[in-house]
Amino acid sequence: MEIVLVGLNHRTAPVEVRERVSFTAEQARRAAKELRARGILEETLDLSTCNRSEVYGVPPESMHECAPGLSSFLSEFHAVRPELLGVSLYHHYDREAVRHLFRVAAGLDSMMLGEAEILGQVREAYRFAHEHGATGPVLNRLFQGALEVGKRVRTETELGTRPMSVASAGVKLAERIFGKLSERSALVLGAGTISEQVVSQLRDRGIKHLYVMNRSRDRADELVKQYGGEVVGWGEWETSLQSPDVIVSSVATEEPVLRREMVERAMAARGNRALFLMDLGMPRNIDGSVSNLYNIYVYTMDDLSEIVQQNRSARQNEIPRAESIVEEHVGKYLSWQASVELVGLVNALRTKMREERASFIRARVESIAHLTEADRAFVEKLMDEMLERLILEPAQRLRGEKELRRKIQNVEALRDLFLPDREKP
Amino acid sequence: MQAPVRVGYTRYEAISREPGDRHARCRDTERVRPCPQVQTVNQVLLISTVFAYGLSLGLYLFFLNTGRELAGRLATLFLAAGLVAHYFALLERTRGLHTVPYHDLYGSMSLFGWLLALTYLGLEIYERQRSVGAFVLPFILVFFLAAHLAPADRLSPPDAHGPTFAFHVTLSILAYSAFALSFVLSVIYLGEERLLRSHKLGNMVWRLPPLELLERMSRSSVLVGLVSIAIGTVLGFVWVDRLSDKYSFFDWKYGITLLVLLLYVIYFRLARTTAWRGARASKLCIFNFVVVVLSFTVVNLYLSHSHRYF
Repeated sequence: MEIVLVGLNHRTAPVEVRERVSFTAEQARRAAKELRARGILEETLDLSTCNRSEVYGVPPESMHECAPGLSSFLSEFHAVRPELLGVSLYHHYDREAVRHLFRVAAGLDSMMLGEAEILGQVREAYRFAHEHGATGPVLNRLFQGALEVGKRVRTETELGTRPMSVASAGVKLAERIFGKLSERSALVLGAGTISEQVVSQLRDRGIKHLYVMNRSRDRADELVKQYGGEVVGWGEWETSLQSPDVIVSSVATEEPVLRREMVERAMAARGNRALFLMDLGMPRNIDGSVSNLYNIYVYTMDDLSEIVQQNRSARQNEIPRAESIVEEHVGKYLSWQASVELVGLVNALRTKMREERASFIRARVESIAHLTEADRAFVEKLMDEMLERLILEPAQRLRGEKELRRKIQNVEALRDLFLPDREKP
Repeated sequence: MQAPVRVGYTRYEAISREPGDRHARCRDTERVRPCPQVQTVNQVLLISTVFAYGLSLGLYLFFLNTGRELAGRLATLFLAAGLVAHYFALLERTRGLHTVPYHDLYGSMSLFGWLLALTYLGLEIYERQRSVGAFVLPFILVFFLAAHLAPADRLSPPDAHGPTFAFHVTLSILAYSAFALSFVLSVIYLGEERLLRSHKLGNMVWRLPPLELLERMSRSSVLVGLVSIAIGTVLGFVWVDRLSDKYSFFDWKYGITLLVLLLYVIYFRLARTTAWRGARASKLCIFNFVVVVLSFTVVNLYLSHSHRYF
């Protein structure tokens, strides 16, 4: 029932090491098979993303003994020198391993706090391992709990709702004005890195029409080839400014590209429909007085950066709420784990007591030699009843009282106390 | 002939029953005194409605502040529960008075609050947008409380009755509530638009509906109001025509109602045009509602002969 986790992430290993220890789907399947075949783990699951590579497992023996074997396996499997891997790997056991996974699923352990993709990656890793029979009751329960944590954190907190980049903040602001962008069109001026980020965000949000205008047509063609859309010739202002609802400008220029009179003419032609302008150029690409026009919203790089900064603080403020959800589910998981283990312990205790009773009778058979067979059987029955009564009440309470199970989380200590010579079930 | 037997009092009116008559009748001449049985039912409904609306308001505010989906769903659920309790409170009042609830100012206000809640809930479900609830619920709660906690009003003899009259008044009040909703939506629009233009976003802007959705919701609400007031007004004239010996065809209320109708038709047309779409249309919508409020207050109280409470 113990859980072990060995892995590395963006905090402990540079990208050069992370990419060497990453598992492809086929590698994950093969690693799971080998780990079980070699008896290192009974249940196993590999979680591999661009920022982490982790192996979760249930060892057949003590978890602390299993960890070095797991580290050696990773080193051997990925052909990475043990000393290189050793400094990057972290080991977590039981409670800490559970908490770590739940924090990962919640996005609390991500490079970008609260990122949404990690939950999908955890779900996919679990689905893959489950389909290939690598997981068992323990990891199934653990990963189902992790998915629940991830879902709750995303619905009950705002950890992942606010945009964290200038491009995503701009696109989210456009949604504040127009709602869904699936029926909207956008014009992107410039085809550099920032433009590409915005285009990617717009495509993710399902923008219907995308037009790219750039001085160098080749670069615009490249962008359109990658993300779809249409290239518009540089300088075709009269026609190109009339239809889009969102205009993003990120070009290197000393004079504003969009002047007030151009935008005024465009607004008249487009029936004063709202227009959202993102000025991501430096110096500014859009004349400052454009923001005074009716139904026009202009955001510069500075405005968007400030919003990102505010959102970062807002996300940080959500951490305690997310952590409390994680802790709640860690407690739930450990309570479940304790209940399963305690049932095993009670059964083992019952067997041990019956054996003790039999040996007790055998040891004192001389002193009760005067009793008939029927009397002896009766005494044995009475003793069995007394033992059963001793064990019955705690067993019933364990079944019925969740809180008690939560309190008794160290089942191993109880096992060591009452059954020092017995092996784990 | 046997004398009528008093069977009890409502909070508003005495109820007497003729021997053998199964229907209670209102008597304007009797002293207003509560009947303990009816009073108990009213108290339960009053508390239930206030509790449900109050809780709904709290949850809508919490939803607006935190964005928690569960709080939003619960807010909608309690609003629906409040609507049901409010309906039974209106029904109880109607039974107690043995007349329509809009027979006095308070009943009219209560019905207005109920129809506002109903219109809002319909719009919320249709548009799947909950963040407006925190701004609408205070109006509903205030109208309900004002109607039910105010002292009882004496009634005039119920000569205004019949299905035509009932539809005329109910549709008119539905129109007023729809216009009130469009007013709230327009105020939110202007506030959000100002925040977006000034780049002072804060936490709330991310949870408010997009501007274009607010515009659409406002237009939908006005459309409901226009259809209701148009039918209601026609029914009103039909009813006046039937009672032409009692009521004159000239009343200030008729004029102002036609003006309201015209103003909202203008809004509905302009809100989609080049020059007016956006903030200007929202300002026009707010102005129109000011005229509605004038119609509901000044015109009803000082100028109209036949419209007092609706």
